[in-house]
Amino acid sequence: MRLDLVPRTRRSPVLDILSPALAFVAAVLIGGLAVAGLGVSPGEAFVTYFVTPLSEIWSLQEIALKAAPLALIATGLAFCYRANLWNIGAEGQFVVGGLAGGWVGVATHGTGGFTLWILPAMLFAGTLAGAAYAMIPAVLKVRLGVSEILTSLMLVYVAQLLLDYMVRGPLRDPAGYNFPQSVGFDGAARLPYLMEGETLHAGVVIAFLAVVLATVVLARTLFGFEVRVVGASPRAARFAGFSDARLTLAVFAISGGAAGLAGIVEVAGKIGQLQPEISPGYGFTAIIVAFLGRLSPPGILIAALVIALTTIGGEGAQIDLKLPLDLTRAFQGLLLGLVLGADVFAGYHVRLVPGGPSGRAIS
Amino acid sequence: MTLDIVQMVLVTVLAAATPLILAGIGELVAERSGVLNLGVEGMMIFGAAVSFAVAVQTGSTLLGALAGAGAGLLLAALFGILTVGLAANQVASGLSLTILGLGLSGLVGANYVGMKRDPAPHLSLPGLTDLPGIGRLLFGQDAFVYTAIALVAAVSWFLWRTRAGLTLRAIGDDHVATHALGLKVRKVRFLSVLFGGACAGLGGAYLALAYTPFWSPGMTAGRGWIALALVVFASWRPLRVAAGALLFGGATVLQLHAQAAGLGLPGQFLSALPYLATILALVLLSLGQRHGGSLAPASLGRVFTPSR
Repeated sequence: MRLDLVPRTRRSPVLDILSPALAFVAAVLIGGLAVAGLGVSPGEAFVTYFVTPLSEIWSLQEIALKAAPLALIATGLAFCYRANLWNIGAEGQFVVGGLAGGWVGVATHGTGGFTLWILPAMLFAGTLAGAAYAMIPAVLKVRLGVSEILTSLMLVYVAQLLLDYMVRGPLRDPAGYNFPQSVGFDGAARLPYLMEGETLHAGVVIAFLAVVLATVVLARTLFGFEVRVVGASPRAARFAGFSDARLTLAVFAISGGAAGLAGIVEVAGKIGQLQPEISPGYGFTAIIVAFLGRLSPPGILIAALVIALTTIGGEGAQIDLKLPLDLTRAFQGLLLGLVLGADVFAGYHVRLVPGGPSGRAIS
Repeated sequence: MTLDIVQMVLVTVLAAATPLILAGIGELVAERSGVLNLGVEGMMIFGAAVSFAVAVQTGSTLLGALAGAGAGLLLAALFGILTVGLAANQVASGLSLTILGLGLSGLVGANYVGMKRDPAPHLSLPGLTDLPGIGRLLFGQDAFVYTAIALVAAVSWFLWRTRAGLTLRAIGDDHVATHALGLKVRKVRFLSVLFGGACAGLGGAYLALAYTPFWSPGMTAGRGWIALALVVFASWRPLRVAAGALLFGGATVLQLHAQAAGLGLPGQFLSALPYLATILALVLLSLGQRHGGSLAPASLGRVFTPSR
């Protein structure tokens, strides 16, 4: 018995869309088995994970608020991954973006008079800081050929420690009874709420606009074309005269900037101050989202909502059914693995051939 | 007296280096066969959780260690099916493995948080272990440390002194040519990935059963990633993996001592040192190799589907 993969002449468009959906179903089934193993009825768990969060206004808002940073980061990462560059340090760029933007918020605390510039300045600072932080692995890659995978990941730990230091040290609220947190931001330094008395804030709009913008750039511009060509065929890209180095720097700047923007959106939106930890692992979860959405911005938007749903559902399951949060993480890891595995069906004819060693005989 | 202090430091350096040696040597074999498995961190922490759980349940450190290696092997098998069998992207599959491993370790370890075990027993040879200056370093380690050293020697011998090792390296360098020669590319790669997983799991078991004999979520703290960096740093050579691991172990110990001594530097800065040192090491290595070309196995990370 052996497994034969015969490349399709064209990727199957039907399976391209169907395979992530099938992977999701498979992941839900395996997750159900795991839940049953933990002594909880799978049906009840399914309702808690996937239905209850959709039935209330506040949890729908929570889903949107969780999906926004995920979609924002994953959209940026899609540029990188399409070009076969592996920025896996979005978590660090998120943290640095939140820190830099939040710093502006802390520094302008108590400013009187004209304050309309503060929020844009924060968003700008966050985006810029994220992009600059992503430049470290990008430049090391371009100049010295250092693996961007390892450097970008190492910088995540550095960023988290930097934020921890800043919040416990220079940026700590002097009147905060030694709690490791900054002052609460002024109203002018917070993202406005979309509806009176609700939690949904303008960050959701920012994320949505970014996804639309990325869709247009990828599909309709020369730069987007370049990214796609480099990913599909590096050789063809070189013949076309596209510069590897310039593209590397550009996609890292985009992904870092998007992650940084997501960071400051989270800080200026939901949190409202700087804390030692500002991310529940958005930068890593976004990697799942990027692949689940097939590296296309509209797909990423849907994937972000699905992953946000499972996260909110997971929190509900922890409270209602005493199911551990790690179950959600394991589910998400499994889901990514299955999506990648299912991808093979879109690109290849898969055949199980009985008997015999791998048939490389001249035929 | 001073000799004993030197020995004490060296013992702690070796202890800090052991998980990196174990995980690094396994990943080295996988990468030499052409497969880049970024899931080391996930396999390691799952190995740590499973080993501790099994050791508590059975009361046996040996069974715990074996279970840890088995846990790493199991995750590696999933990775192998994805990347070697189904030709999935290795980078993304490795990341999914890390996320899955972190989640599973939390599930397995949930009931064991806060428990403590006696650390794995250390070798004690009457006369030899008490030798001043070198006795404890050479004859007073636990079985993990000796296993790690033996693995380095064995892998080094296997890769450069046996036909199978030559085959493995050849497959890592050119899967098309080796496939045309009739070598079993996918089988060798799958086995190499399994070996890497078992080693990573064992490295995790060392953390949970010997280094800090308890389970805490996220206890690997990026060691799997540092092990990955070590393989690059070592230019895919086993002895250099061991040397690099000792250097990193030294840096870790130095950082702990500096933190205890309170040099006036913020603790966060010292905690960031191992990660910064990793980046620095990779940069220095690249600077040194600028004219020599890449030393990586030529097919590393590339998808292979057998032609017919």
